[in-house]
Amino acid sequence: MDFASFLIQVLNSLQYGLLLFLVASGLTLVFGIMGIINLAHGSFYMIGAYLAFVLTSATGSLVLAIALGIPLALIFGALLEWALFSHLYKRDHLEQVLLTYGLILIFEQLRSLLVGDDVHGVAIPAFLDASIQLTEVMSYPVYRLAISVVCIVLAVALYYVIQRTRLGMMIRAGNDDRSMVEALGININMIYRVVFALGVALAALAGMLAAPISSVFPNMGSHVLIISFVIVVIGGIGSVWGALVAALIVGFADTFGKVLLPEISGMIVYLVMAVVLLWRPEGILKKG
Amino acid sequence: MDKHYKIVCNLILGAALVTTGMGSALAQDKVKVGLMLPYTGTFAALGNNITNGFKQYVEENGGKLAGREVHYVVVDDESNPARATEIARRLVTRDKVDVLIGSVHSGVALAAARVAANTKTLMIVPNAGANEITGAQCSPYVFRSSFSAWQPSYAMGEALAKRGVKNVVTLAWKYSFGTESVEGFTEGFTKGGGKIVKDMSLPFPNVEFQPFLTEIAALKPDAVFVFFAGAGAAKFVSDYAAAGLKGSIPLYGPGFLSEDVAAMGGAGEGLQTTLHYADGLNTERDNAFRTAYAAAYKAQPDVYAVQGYDAAQMYHAGLKAANGDPAKLDAVIDGIRAATIDSPRGSFTLSKAHNPVQDIYLREVKDGKNAVVEVVSAGLEDPARGCSM
Repeated sequence: MDFASFLIQVLNSLQYGLLLFLVASGLTLVFGIMGIINLAHGSFYMIGAYLAFVLTSATGSLVLAIALGIPLALIFGALLEWALFSHLYKRDHLEQVLLTYGLILIFEQLRSLLVGDDVHGVAIPAFLDASIQLTEVMSYPVYRLAISVVCIVLAVALYYVIQRTRLGMMIRAGNDDRSMVEALGININMIYRVVFALGVALAALAGMLAAPISSVFPNMGSHVLIISFVIVVIGGIGSVWGALVAALIVGFADTFGKVLLPEISGMIVYLVMAVVLLWRPEGILKKG
Repeated sequence: MDKHYKIVCNLILGAALVTTGMGSALAQDKVKVGLMLPYTGTFAALGNNITNGFKQYVEENGGKLAGREVHYVVVDDESNPARATEIARRLVTRDKVDVLIGSVHSGVALAAARVAANTKTLMIVPNAGANEITGAQCSPYVFRSSFSAWQPSYAMGEALAKRGVKNVVTLAWKYSFGTESVEGFTEGFTKGGGKIVKDMSLPFPNVEFQPFLTEIAALKPDAVFVFFAGAGAAKFVSDYAAAGLKGSIPLYGPGFLSEDVAAMGGAGEGLQTTLHYADGLNTERDNAFRTAYAAAYKAQPDVYAVQGYDAAQMYHAGLKAANGDPAKLDAVIDGIRAATIDSPRGSFTLSKAHNPVQDIYLREVKDGKNAVVEVVSAGLEDPARGCSM
């Protein structure tokens, strides 16, 4: 590997890691802060991608599709929390797993009935549809770099909201001691509804942003579900910074694993997870 | 007296035999076809198209095969190899199907083929391309109406070597079909004097291709051969173009690479692939098939519909040879073996290992269609390695 290739691989790692963070960030909130094991997280990602496809076809613009899709996802998340998840906070994890697994099947079937089983592409917005020439044969799509920028902005915003705002304080307090927060007169149910809706919207946004580069296809959510859990666990459950660091570690491990250790590239991410958990059983950054 | 008595007895016996024979003929006036295909999940569209193709042929024959009404037992195999044995066994023992048609997923087909071989039930595989099915695991009872993974890839290897391509990088998903495709390509390509510069792979169904594209750009081979299918193929072709490689290093692969051209935006245009079927063959047979299919299902047929259609043709040929009696299994099998199938893809026969001996087309994506360029390998027969039949 010459130096230019090495630098491009570093760029690949960063870009992939940031995309993984975006996908996992919603799960950090729902699983990490609310303590719900949400297997349907991947389905929200899938729903986002299909929303991007349907809305882009209807409006002709991905930007418009995202602008419409985020409020839709927020409403959808709030409704879902009200109808189903709000009953689960006091139940054990097995029941959460059962409900959310059932939701995967329901969402996939609905997707099949409404949109069909074909693979679809989503066009990159014209103003981002360009490439930057890196070497004489290799160029880098601007859209991928744009996603990375969005991911960084989101990471900072999330950190700010959770660590520096009153809402974030209430969320963290609710996570530490639900009944005490309630006793202080804070409407914890409403806060959880907001957090859950936010988690759904983040997953859907990840799906919408990834749609042009990953294409839109059945069961696409299952591909991101496991890696999202890996990132949340490596990063330390409930930590936004931890998830970001973990996503970057996974991005680097996966990219360089594929090139340098192709024989074990399939398990390298899980090896990293095992090593991290041996070193820090609570994840890299616990609650931060 | 004695003699007369004997004749009368024989007559009665004969009459009895005839009536019972007729009785059984009436009872078996139908033939039971077990469709074990995916109707949900990633391969649902493929399962549906195979079913459509099969039923179209039966409808063209008035809903009958060799004079017998066709009765379907349809099961969704969910492309789940873990359940395949159970489903196949149920179709054979409980539903008592005369022929098993399945499946898309190679793991499912291999498990079902084992059941078919053990229970001596006729099976026709309408897609799954694992070499083993008509290779190491071949069986007198198992036929295939599609292709082996080896066929299109070997033909591509040969064709590229003939064009004077010297250095190629290969990339595929690391599972049996991907590995077999790359092996087939490597065999055809190196035989013609080509060299594989680097053989890369990634776990199925991982689609983060960026590190490999960087590697390809650094190696600068004459061409790249890949195996991907479905959504992964659409993503790879798009990523390849977005990385700026499309203009400088030509990309090739077996036909699954260019299946979802619509999902690639414009990135698929000009892509060349090999397969046993193509758009725009413009033969009388194919045109008739396509018109009828489009009228019946309000959709354009694809290679899967052809494979389903041909599975029905193959079974029809066997039944005809057995005078319409599915119970005469040996006659059915000999009938299929001897048949020349008048397929929309061009006629084919079956090899000793029961895989189609067929033409492989080089196709090029033009206006979103896989237009035929030429036949790169005529009457290509899978070597059926490991088959002792």
